[in-house]
Amino acid sequence: MKQNPVAMAATYALLAVLAFVMLFPLLYAISGSLMSAREISTYPPAFLPSQPRLSNFVDVLNALPIPRQYLNSLIVATCVMVGQLVTSIFSAYAFAFLRMPFRNLIFAIFLATMMVPWEAIIIPNYLTMSQYHLINSYPALILPFLAAGFGTFLLRQFFLSFPKDLYEAVLLDGGGHLRFLWSILLPLSRPALAALAIWSFLSAWNQFLWPLLVINRDEMQTLQIGISRLQDVEAGTAPNFILAGTVLALVPTLLLIYFGQRHIVRGLTAGALRG
Amino acid sequence: MVTALAFVAPSLVLFCVWIFYPLIRSVYLSFHGNDLFGNPAAFVGLAQYQQLFTLPNLRETIVRTAIFTVLTVVPGLVLGTVIALALQARIAGIGIFRTLLATPFAFSVATASVIFQIFFNPGVGVFNGILNLFHVQPVGWLTNPATALVSVAVATVWLQLGYNVLVLSSGLQGIPDEIYEAARLDGARGLRLATRITLPMLTPTLFFLLVVSTITALQSFGQIHILTRGGPAGATTTLVYSVYLNAFAFGSTNYGLASAMALVLFFIVIVITAVQFGVLERRVFYR
Repeated sequence: MKQNPVAMAATYALLAVLAFVMLFPLLYAISGSLMSAREISTYPPAFLPSQPRLSNFVDVLNALPIPRQYLNSLIVATCVMVGQLVTSIFSAYAFAFLRMPFRNLIFAIFLATMMVPWEAIIIPNYLTMSQYHLINSYPALILPFLAAGFGTFLLRQFFLSFPKDLYEAVLLDGGGHLRFLWSILLPLSRPALAALAIWSFLSAWNQFLWPLLVINRDEMQTLQIGISRLQDVEAGTAPNFILAGTVLALVPTLLLIYFGQRHIVRGLTAGALRG
Repeated sequence: MVTALAFVAPSLVLFCVWIFYPLIRSVYLSFHGNDLFGNPAAFVGLAQYQQLFTLPNLRETIVRTAIFTVLTVVPGLVLGTVIALALQARIAGIGIFRTLLATPFAFSVATASVIFQIFFNPGVGVFNGILNLFHVQPVGWLTNPATALVSVAVATVWLQLGYNVLVLSSGLQGIPDEIYEAARLDGARGLRLATRITLPMLTPTLFFLLVVSTITALQSFGQIHILTRGGPAGATTTLVYSVYLNAFAFGSTNYGLASAMALVLFFIVIVITAVQFGVLERRVFYR
């Protein structure tokens, strides 16, 4: 198709404006994290640092339990990701390949879990955690999220598109389910597994209300709550300091979004299609 | 068969412990009062629900939740569609724009709220900086009850846009080229092509996004907690925030009333999902 140069320039201009608006909070956060306390507090606001400095990052890492909270978030998000992958792989395998009584009913129960808003059941779950003395522990942050209806659904859709003949051939050869799963199905399902891994990691990493309730010691807290509390810290009243912490918290998720977007989109479309 | 059950058992057990049992326990709590330590006390029947529907500020909370939902869902869908359409342009470097425009999706509620809190700052914030350029008096975005809810909604819309753009872009890419070719052969151009072909073909995606973003909006918590703590004077206290205030904030342990509210939220989510599927699905164009 021929391109009209004026229309093309207009398209670029529109996209540049949209990109600037959508990226502005990130650009501002990076720019502000490199400013001095005085510079960021000028009025009207300054947008670029006159002398970029990294000292804010050093301050954030020294003044607070931020490194520990970073580690906590990594541990929790990784455990949730691995847990959801394992439970979803097995349940999706059962729904896609195996016979079982009440299969449709059980699958409906799995789907129903996606309809229950976590906020609606947060009080009893909090009471359970406090009953079993799990407040301020990793299990409190991890256990409730080890299984996911979404993960099962996503993988089942992928497994269903898999040729049944291959499955039967392996079983005829005397291979068991685990052998088929491990050496054939999973290697060929990498895209779907990557989608689920990214989704589960992101959702665990970004949690806010639940850690706020079940953790009340700074050194056990997750990074998200830590970031939101930077303003309460004595030294942290200046925005440049808060922004340095925020930029640090964004590094893993920005990497996932920019390099894993292909897989994320696959997760989206699996959610958009109904089975 | 035994293998199959063994394979679904781990998930099923986890769902029972962390989703279905709590759901039942919520109902139980909502019919009982509780002591200071959260232990259920006497059976009070529907008293919590009666209180919930008669207290005037709780009715306001539900209305406010509805307003907040509309303020976030509608702009989110409209802006998301505009951006996704712009990203359909066939020009060099469009892939980079596509990646960059999904940026808000990398933000959590906390990181986005912390940055917007600085934007909304009356003294050094960007929003008042822009107003200053036009010689407009500074606005107390988060401290004025008239603007607080809208301000929280603005932050929420931006946060949601990354996801919306990703979903809508993949919806647009799913429309087969042949349909456009055929329409062009029939003489359809520009706006006509957009309203007659693109939008009807995009309705399933818009519909999916409408359901998902409505439910997300109803569950909003972090941005309210960080930006306003439900204030000023309750101006941003939505249903979920009210559950938090009653059950957990300031040493409050009114689990019974909070559970009743949480179940109202659950009920609203179920009804909205059902209504959206029932009413809208018939008008949605499916291939």
